[in-house]
Amino acid sequence: MDFIPREYLGILLLLLFGSLFGVLTLFIGRFFRLSRPYREKLIAYESGNEPTEEPRMRFSVKFYLIAILFVLFDVEAIYLYPWAVTYDFLGLFALIEMLLFIFLLLVGYVYAWKKGALEWTK
Amino acid sequence: MHILILLFYIVILFAVVMLHVAYATYFERKIIGHMQVRMGPMEVGWHGLLQPIADGVKCFFKEDVIPENVDAFGFRMAPVVSLAAMVGALAVLPFAPGWVIADIDIGLLYIFAMSGLASYGVILAGWSSNSKFSFLGGLRSMAQVISYEIAMGLSLVGVMLLSGSLNLTTIVEAQSGTFGGMYIFPQIIAFGIFFVAMLAETNRVPFDLPEAEAELVSGYSTEYSGMRYAIFFMAEYVGMLVMSALGTICFFGGWSGPFAVPFFPALWFVLKVYAFMFVFIWIRATMPRYRYDQLMELGWKWLIPLALANIVVTAVCKVLF
Repeated sequence: MDFIPREYLGILLLLLFGSLFGVLTLFIGRFFRLSRPYREKLIAYESGNEPTEEPRMRFSVKFYLIAILFVLFDVEAIYLYPWAVTYDFLGLFALIEMLLFIFLLLVGYVYAWKKGALEWTK
Repeated sequence: MHILILLFYIVILFAVVMLHVAYATYFERKIIGHMQVRMGPMEVGWHGLLQPIADGVKCFFKEDVIPENVDAFGFRMAPVVSLAAMVGALAVLPFAPGWVIADIDIGLLYIFAMSGLASYGVILAGWSSNSKFSFLGGLRSMAQVISYEIAMGLSLVGVMLLSGSLNLTTIVEAQSGTFGGMYIFPQIIAFGIFFVAMLAETNRVPFDLPEAEAELVSGYSTEYSGMRYAIFFMAEYVGMLVMSALGTICFFGGWSGPFAVPFFPALWFVLKVYAFMFVFIWIRATMPRYRYDQLMELGWKWLIPLALANIVVTAVCKVLF
């Protein structure tokens, strides 16, 4: 087992264990639970009515905008992590660099705000 | 370490966590019951102590309804994805000195990754269910989780600055020793942001919009029944445990306490985590639900700028002092 570092082997095993637990409980349960399906039970729930139209309807473009903004800001947050960890070694130089970086981030943020990307109800 | 010993530790951790999940539901129902001047579960066993076991057995034997229009594979796998990701996040949590499955140097980053992965289960469930309520619940959950993920990630940068590490064991060791060494004192603002983001990430009240029962029935889990529903439930409670543990480790000094406990060094850690769980439940019994636009406004217009300001202030203070 030299090809995986020991610490990551633990993670791999725990992930496998977690998924196996889910799959096996569901699989073993198959032999014990009853199954009496009929049409009304199998249609999608819509407050007791027959479902109208497709459920995957058109939804607000706001969700898409939030996803795009998330990608931008999360990447920028990730850049802050190595900076924070090595801050002790780099000192003042790192501080000034990061202030510049956060300033650029803020410019983008203010732009998004002014454009109304953060307003949910417009 | 031998692989069998590692497996043994994993089995123990998993069993303890599953027991915790079962009794966390009991804990929640009892506390909410008493806060509303009721008794909570009383029938099964002494003061209802066997209630979680009865619930588990019941869910196991219940019919597993799979509606006809679902995407079968996604629908079947979604709860498992949620649970596996959340259980995976347990690997890096140090419960006491040396009591950790994987002492990796990127522990914090790994927990973020796993909690992000767990939300895939929710989105998959919402999409594959082919029901309007599930679909809306899944969408809301996605937007909410990614919005607060940024605030949470930024709030913990202050902790990284102070401890100079992403390794959770190192973060705890950096705080141990004195009472004032806990990062809650210098990072009180970060803790506030982290706490709000933690509630939103785990879809708890007051941010439980993905499963707002008054408007979305049960959100992404509307079409689920029986054991599949129970697995979603487990994933949610393991998620609460992971987030409580993360808060304990980053702000309250993890396992360190006023005196060392023989035989069970994790005692302080467990007490702190349960204090967090109690606050989760307390908030659920107290607060009304947020409106969706208020939720987004809070996340994007308040928490993110505040977290950035906190990073700058912490960094400047570190240079000055």
